[in-house]
Amino acid sequence: MTTTVATVTEGTDSPYALSHLDALESEAVHIFREVAGEFERPVILFSGGKDSIVMLHLALKAFAPAAVPFSLLHVDTGHNFPEVIEYRDRVVAEHGLRLHVASVQDYIDAGKLRERPDGTRNPLQTVPLTEKIQSEKFDAVFGGGRRDEEKARAKERVFSLRDEFSQWDPRRQRPELWQLYNGRHAPGEHVRVFPLSNWTELDVWQYIAREGIELPEIYFAHERDVFKRSGMWLTAGEWGGPKDDETVEKRLIRYRTVGDMSCTGAVDSDATTLDAVIAEIAASRLTERGATRADDKLSEAAMEDRKREGYF
Amino acid sequence: MTSTTEPDKAQPLSTEQLSATTLLRFATAGSVDDGKSTLVGRLLHDSKSVLTDQLEAVERVSLGRGQEAPDLALLTDGLRAEREQGITIDVAYRYFATAQRRFILADTPGHVQYTRNMVTGASTADLAVVLVDARNGVIEQTRRHAAVAALLRVPHVVLAVNKMDLVAYEETVFAKIAEEFTAYAVGLGVPEITAIPISALAGDNVVEPSSNMDWYGGPTVLEHLETVPVSHDLTSCHARLPVQYVIRPQTAEHPDYRGYAGQIAAGTFRVGESVTVLPSGRTSKIAGIDLLGEPVDVAWTPQSVTLLLESDIDISRGDLIVPSGDQPPTTQDIEATVCHVADQPLAVGQRVLLKHTTRTVKAIVKEIPSRLTLDDLSQHPAPGQLVANDIGRVLVRTAEPIALDSYAASRRTGSFLLIDPADGTTLAAGMAGDAFATGDEAADEAKPAADDEGWDF
Repeated sequence: MTTTVATVTEGTDSPYALSHLDALESEAVHIFREVAGEFERPVILFSGGKDSIVMLHLALKAFAPAAVPFSLLHVDTGHNFPEVIEYRDRVVAEHGLRLHVASVQDYIDAGKLRERPDGTRNPLQTVPLTEKIQSEKFDAVFGGGRRDEEKARAKERVFSLRDEFSQWDPRRQRPELWQLYNGRHAPGEHVRVFPLSNWTELDVWQYIAREGIELPEIYFAHERDVFKRSGMWLTAGEWGGPKDDETVEKRLIRYRTVGDMSCTGAVDSDATTLDAVIAEIAASRLTERGATRADDKLSEAAMEDRKREGYF
Repeated sequence: MTSTTEPDKAQPLSTEQLSATTLLRFATAGSVDDGKSTLVGRLLHDSKSVLTDQLEAVERVSLGRGQEAPDLALLTDGLRAEREQGITIDVAYRYFATAQRRFILADTPGHVQYTRNMVTGASTADLAVVLVDARNGVIEQTRRHAAVAALLRVPHVVLAVNKMDLVAYEETVFAKIAEEFTAYAVGLGVPEITAIPISALAGDNVVEPSSNMDWYGGPTVLEHLETVPVSHDLTSCHARLPVQYVIRPQTAEHPDYRGYAGQIAAGTFRVGESVTVLPSGRTSKIAGIDLLGEPVDVAWTPQSVTLLLESDIDISRGDLIVPSGDQPPTTQDIEATVCHVADQPLAVGQRVLLKHTTRTVKAIVKEIPSRLTLDDLSQHPAPGQLVANDIGRVLVRTAEPIALDSYAASRRTGSFLLIDPADGTTLAAGMAGDAFATGDEAADEAKPAADDEGWDF
């Protein structure tokens, strides 16, 4: 018969059961189309990381054979992995997309932001992000955040209303009932939209494998000059590492997340294929953020506090 | 690529996992001290979904507070206010997986004043776990949880009789509670009830079968979650596609492509089928179905698809495509049960927005005939208004006709939101038609609920 029959799952009593990836994909596409139907100026936050890459892939499928009716926004910390920037520009060109960039370096150069003593630029992203949302009048901002990442994110809605300062108030969220998303907002407010809310890290990787999605090379095992800080392997580079008491060594590593170089840790790994990466994650006893993000270790409520200020 | 017919030779593991795994959404409900956090903690822990760094964080904070053992509630209480007060104030979503299935758990607080949270969790759930303390049996709160599950038409309900270790694992204690609960829930029209005796603390019958209760021959909680069917009522459902978005590439390659995109809310659609578009009533035939870029002959809920029709008729976002001859009534007068979810009240005469599938229309609250007390299902006539966590009957008049199923026939096309037009607040969750099914209907699942039967209040 047709290809739909091939997606039917065996081992259940219904011939109409969807695989969990098909169910998650369908839900995410529904969310993209809701936003396209209800908002004036949506934008997809695109970092070149795996979650935003999966978001873009889903958006391409949701509107095929037409073009994606959204532009992209990259918050550029100035401490990017060159492989990721190269990937970003290639994808934008390939699909004829429009890319907006909000630059942390520009804010520092203009004296509007000050470099932190620890060199971490991740928290500095919030101001350029929120000001760009205001100046471009974006009314829906897609983020790749997943509820499995972190316990404050477990409380996040799929449609998350933000005030004119982009603030998140966890105690004043709209209940989310059925698949009826309420995107009403006043002028100046916007809605953060998380189509991957119900995906886990493993789902994202399985979907990447199933769909044959290309990723920046840093997600796969490679040799790199790294040094240890706060128990994590950081890439040596002009951004500010290593310090005098930190030693650089060449190790076989890969990245589980892609973010600012100053706070994104690598993990020891020999996984050079998607299959090996999936096996590695399935066996891992550490969460994605616990293994790789310095900024989430700052306090018990680090993510909640940053989200309240407008972080995604 | 949505097909698994072409296994990528490089990825045998992932392909195998994909074809074997389905998704179950479920919600938990329990009173404050029934051990809900312990049950959730045990499900997460014993399915190896709690990772080392999360446990370490919990241990670190617990020790810092001078507690001897790690407080597993910290795993689920994510917000500052929750940790400070030691209570759960909002729905959180948890994720875990076994070889058989992936689970999305809506972890809903059990507090009396948070009925809206259980409604929120139950609205998307295929299954609800209602927890009871074996020492206390069926109490008011248990009846409330059963009533909400029945009201939201959750297809499967599990009664977890917890703390069996504190009643000497006595079969008679369990049997009495199971019997009382089942009689009550069947009366409300809950279609399927599974009672399981457990001890979340000791681990009896949660993930591992209990050697303390040889008299119990049924599944553990996890076994039941892994095997309960997820799309049980598909064939008896009326096919419905709310149009979300019209896809018109207008490119050299696709100059005439005009597709109606949406997620199938119920039932199946096939190429060649005659369809009617509501509310206009225009008809056409399905010329093609695109499943995210790939043509298919048949598609079903909850797939997101794009329908191509033979004739060029006027269709836009908010319309509903249905099989000709299987149409829901279009109406401007809606009688429904609502759960009020906002802090500001809902009053007779109030102007609101009504969001139904992909359509939002102006509406006015004409009457609030009654308010329901969940404890004993008694009704209070003409309350005048509903406040947070109230459940009541309402009559709403809409400015335009909408094509509305009864909630009993379709959870997705029989539900709606009432929204405050001034500030966009979601005021109420609405379910069209009768509040509860009758026991007779529940016993005969194939028969759609009749509009004029059932519990009315």
